Amino acid sequence: MTSVRSTIEAAQSVGRAALIGYLPAGYPSVDASIELVQCMVKAGVDVVEVGLPYSDPVMDGPTIQAAAEVALAGGIRTTDVFRVVGASAALAPTLVMTYWNPVERYGVGRFAAALADAGGAGLITPDLIPDEAGEWIGAADRHGLDRIFLVAPSSTRRRLEMTTAASTGFVYATSVMGVTGAREQISSAAPELVRRVKEVTDLPVGVGLGVSTRQQAAEVASFADAVIVGSALVRSIANEDAVSAAAGALAALVEDLALGVRGEVER
Amino acid sequence: MSFSAPDSMPDAAGHFGRFGGRFMPEALIAPLDELEQHWRKAMADDEFVTQFDALLREYAGLPSRLYEAERFSETVGARVLLKREDLNHTGAHKIRNVLGQALLTTRMGKQRVIAETGAGQHGVATATACAYFGLDCTVYMGEVDMVRQALNVARMRMLGAQVIPVTSGSRTLKDAINEALRDWVANVDDTHYLLGTAAGAHPFPAMVRDFTRGIGDEARTQTLELLGRLPDAALACVGGGSNAIGMFAGFLPDESVRLYGFEAAGDGYETGRHAATITAGQIGVLHGARSYLLQDEDGQTLESHSISAGLDYPGVGPEHAWLAETGRATYLPITDAQAMEAMALLAKTEGIIPAIESAHALAGLPGVVAELGGAPELVVCLSGRGDKDMDTAAKWFGLVDEADLVAEVKMK
Repeated sequence: MTSVRSTIEAAQSVGRAALIGYLPAGYPSVDASIELVQCMVKAGVDVVEVGLPYSDPVMDGPTIQAAAEVALAGGIRTTDVFRVVGASAALAPTLVMTYWNPVERYGVGRFAAALADAGGAGLITPDLIPDEAGEWIGAADRHGLDRIFLVAPSSTRRRLEMTTAASTGFVYATSVMGVTGAREQISSAAPELVRRVKEVTDLPVGVGLGVSTRQQAAEVASFADAVIVGSALVRSIANEDAVSAAAGALAALVEDLALGVRGEVER
Repeated sequence: MSFSAPDSMPDAAGHFGRFGGRFMPEALIAPLDELEQHWRKAMADDEFVTQFDALLREYAGLPSRLYEAERFSETVGARVLLKREDLNHTGAHKIRNVLGQALLTTRMGKQRVIAETGAGQHGVATATACAYFGLDCTVYMGEVDMVRQALNVARMRMLGAQVIPVTSGSRTLKDAINEALRDWVANVDDTHYLLGTAAGAHPFPAMVRDFTRGIGDEARTQTLELLGRLPDAALACVGGGSNAIGMFAGFLPDESVRLYGFEAAGDGYETGRHAATITAGQIGVLHGARSYLLQDEDGQTLESHSISAGLDYPGVGPEHAWLAETGRATYLPITDAQAMEAMALLAKTEGIIPAIESAHALAGLPGVVAELGGAPELVVCLSGRGDKDMDTAAKWFGLVDEADLVAEVKMK
């Protein structure tokens, strides 16, 4: 299976940024989320992030919070997330984005084994910093999984060095000081953060938080290796009642964003 | 014994044994480091310590008295000394922590404070400190709690705070914390998050302990003055655990002093409707630290239940988890019914109406007496006063049943 890093580098080699798309497992239902994740890949997403719905998502804005609540109310279990990962990983490298407690509760080694069995590529951990990640780093190594940590505009040089040294796959740069959610403008802090990260690592850098349009995707693609879109995708399906309509709206947005990461902006 | 003196805990990364630490978005790590540096510098600075002491004395009315409750003592068969935090300004121990953190906020040059609140007590205390220092104050409060505690919403607004309803999740305290964290990450340059309990990411558990440890330090000195020796045990209620950790900190090195924390068992911890985190929870990560918490098989946080809003939280401070694991402190469950009975008993024997939170510690007395034997000398943290709980008490005891009142008036 193609790795996350080589997928991003393959995009780079043809002169574009990779497009990373996030959707929560179990939203609006487990089966529907499988269909939507697969639809997202077919429409042009290079790498998939499957969100593990959690009761206390402190890094998420209202859109993803609401989706997580729907998924939890629908009774989603951690094992269902592996099913979504399996369906997605058949088509594209697939990461799980999860807050830490569900992993710890499942058992770090057991979670890593189940994720690897499902074909998953690794974890993005918004509330786990490398300082606390000893057990996870060991488990990731044993199971050949990527461990993607976040960096932020507030990260010091020392923390950027430490965090990127602990990361594999790519480095997740949060473009703003804030939570997930679509924003009108790309933060001016993002290019500066990417520049600082590039000083300390050869890993590809993905930029997330706030990207919702083709124009913004193109802007981020001009300075980052990968463009991460989450809330905008969730919002596109939240507006539709039927799964088929949601898939249509999602595909249209992904196709548009895919043009953006190729630098094709609307005139 | 396997514990160290409190001054050496937590370790440099904020761990109390395997508990504590920092499970936080990277964006907040540098601000937490900065907060820790300011706090450590302040605690080593005579000027800060003098200012804090003066504030506590002149504004908050401290040190609080240690009062021997003789009639109440007779009912439990022990000599009971009450640490009267209920007489502090704003009516609870919480004023210590908010004044400490608000003073630190001004030192850091920040102009805005945010806080979470459940029943509104920490929100009121924070709004009070912000009014005193002229700081901009925003309090996040679950929508459900705002309806239940409308009077405290009015108090916060009277004090100049902005109260923002939280409509996500269970719309209670834990969601108010989530929302405050979301605000903090976006506004951390000019904003201090004034967390209300000894939980959360490092340095909050240690910092809140140090701002509240006056409870235990004063109680220790006062007990020595009153009895000529240390007490046999110190008791406190535990929600997040700020009054208990403040009390325990004063006695931790005194191995002869037993430490007891009382958790809210709601309808009984075996019913699943409770907030007895250490008694019946499991180890996990919530709101930035590893500790005990109420969670389901998948690590989703469960809703807690307690008649006492101040104890109604599904987590507990990491130092308590560590004290429980090392055996230095003992944590026991107290049901709603036991707490309410103790509340009434103190009211009728001493003329003191305690907060329902504090009544959990009082309700633990008979068990401690039975365990220690003889007629032990016990210090209990009376962490707050019960005025705020009169609505709950009136319903529980049927004090102002409308039909009865009408009948009484008619009889006259």
